[in-house]
Amino acid sequence: MRKKKIYLDCAATTPVDPAVLEAMLPYFIDIYGNAMSVHSFGQEALEAVDKARSQAAGFFGASPSEIIFTSGATESNNLAIKGILKSYYSKNESKKKKPHIITTAFEHHCVLDSCKIVAKDGLADVTYLPIKKDGTIDPKEVEKAIRPETVMISVMYVNNEIGTVQPIEKIGKLVRKINSTKEKDDFKIIFHTDATQAINYFDCNTDRLGVDLLSMSGHKIYGPKGVGILYVRKGTPIRKIQDGGDQEYKMRAGTHNVPGIVGLGKAIGLVEKNGKKDAKKIQILRDYLIEKVLKEISNSILNGSKTKRSPNNANFTFKDVEGEGLLLSLDMEGVACSTGSACSSGALSPSHVLLSIGLKPEQAHGSLRMTLGKHTTKREIDTAVEKLKVVIERLRKISGNVLDDYYSKK
Amino acid sequence: MQYSKKVLEHFTRPHNQGIIKNPSGVGMVGNPVCGDLMKIYIKVKKNKSGEIIDDIKFETLGCASAIATSSMITDLAKGKPIEEAMKITRNDVADALEGLPPIKMHCSNLADEALHEAIKDYRKKI
Repeated sequence: MRKKKIYLDCAATTPVDPAVLEAMLPYFIDIYGNAMSVHSFGQEALEAVDKARSQAAGFFGASPSEIIFTSGATESNNLAIKGILKSYYSKNESKKKKPHIITTAFEHHCVLDSCKIVAKDGLADVTYLPIKKDGTIDPKEVEKAIRPETVMISVMYVNNEIGTVQPIEKIGKLVRKINSTKEKDDFKIIFHTDATQAINYFDCNTDRLGVDLLSMSGHKIYGPKGVGILYVRKGTPIRKIQDGGDQEYKMRAGTHNVPGIVGLGKAIGLVEKNGKKDAKKIQILRDYLIEKVLKEISNSILNGSKTKRSPNNANFTFKDVEGEGLLLSLDMEGVACSTGSACSSGALSPSHVLLSIGLKPEQAHGSLRMTLGKHTTKREIDTAVEKLKVVIERLRKISGNVLDDYYSKK
Repeated sequence: MQYSKKVLEHFTRPHNQGIIKNPSGVGMVGNPVCGDLMKIYIKVKKNKSGEIIDDIKFETLGCASAIATSSMITDLAKGKPIEEAMKITRNDVADALEGLPPIKMHCSNLADEALHEAIKDYRKKI
């Protein structure tokens, strides 16, 4: 790791844990077989994949055959949504009833865009649930949105921008209750959660959560990039969306990313072992950060609930400051963060997440996400806040009163 | 986002930043939805060769390129006759900054408009 620079963007990605890298290394040069090959080279690779599968299954309270390795959460989410619809149409074509999907307004783009494309292709109607001001959804809204033809509900576990935690268990119970009233031949509601930001910090037992599908990514949990999981509860009607080989119980064609899968298994093992301890430490630092920023920087607000929140996430809005300039200035000072400003991503409008919880566009443009990790120290937080204060003061000097002027003229 | 050295220079140490008390003209452009708001103040002085932009200052709420273009246009316009300043385009600003990322050409390159508005404001007053 490079010295002196401070990385506060652990919701974007995390460094690979040295123990994870160590576990992966033999699988590049020594044990390089294709896990689908019959010979010993292949069998050794398969053994490693199976071990990782068992590690993951243990973590999710699942059986190994319910673990599908993918290239990451984006693929898992695509497979979940499109795979369920594919299965629906393969069986229910004669019924000709357009299926209905419920999701939330502030999902990650890979879920939102998957929903938009299936809606555009005429394959499904989609309801996007509103978000409360505190950054959570109300299970009652889910219940209200359910129709007889609802085939899928997809709600993220932890929001990636504001870190707010969604009531997955409650929705799981609701879905089970509704499914229990359905006739044997009816298409049951499938409950999916994108748990990408939750793995490090929250209970991911799929039975307790009551989910049928769960997505995750390796690189958010100190594992490698390019590997993830879709948990698929046994009996869930889903079809593969990528054609080719028979890998992953015929659910995901493509040669196994053996080193990646081994690393993912190891990373999950580490979360299982140290997750609670790390979470405690991170939350204390994060609370310290929030308190310090709100106290020492005027006109700053915390976006999203303070309590129903992932331990590593802080998301602020600073009045009279724009996020991209803020990010760039902080980076020049050696502090890496993220923003919901459009200008940083090349998009035209600011973060859909921040707008969904009722922020004004300029408040979304003026947002800063700081996400801590297991390596973050108190000294880093102190330094980051000091730099932040200087940068904000400079940018506020440049912006002067333009925002207030703008509104007073309107 | 890949910015030129010149953009970063003007972003980190903008020129002519601030306000002019009793300005000859003020121009404000942009809106909070896009995230960029720019305000340009000018002080016009008359001499033998006509009306000259004697002083110019800016206030900008916006991204790095919004701040850099504001700073650059004050450099380009300062000391120029207002007829000439009216002819400064967004391309002139971008060129002087050694280029802007394509996406920034439209959304954050509003400084020319702010300057032109300030000159129009001055003309309205006289």
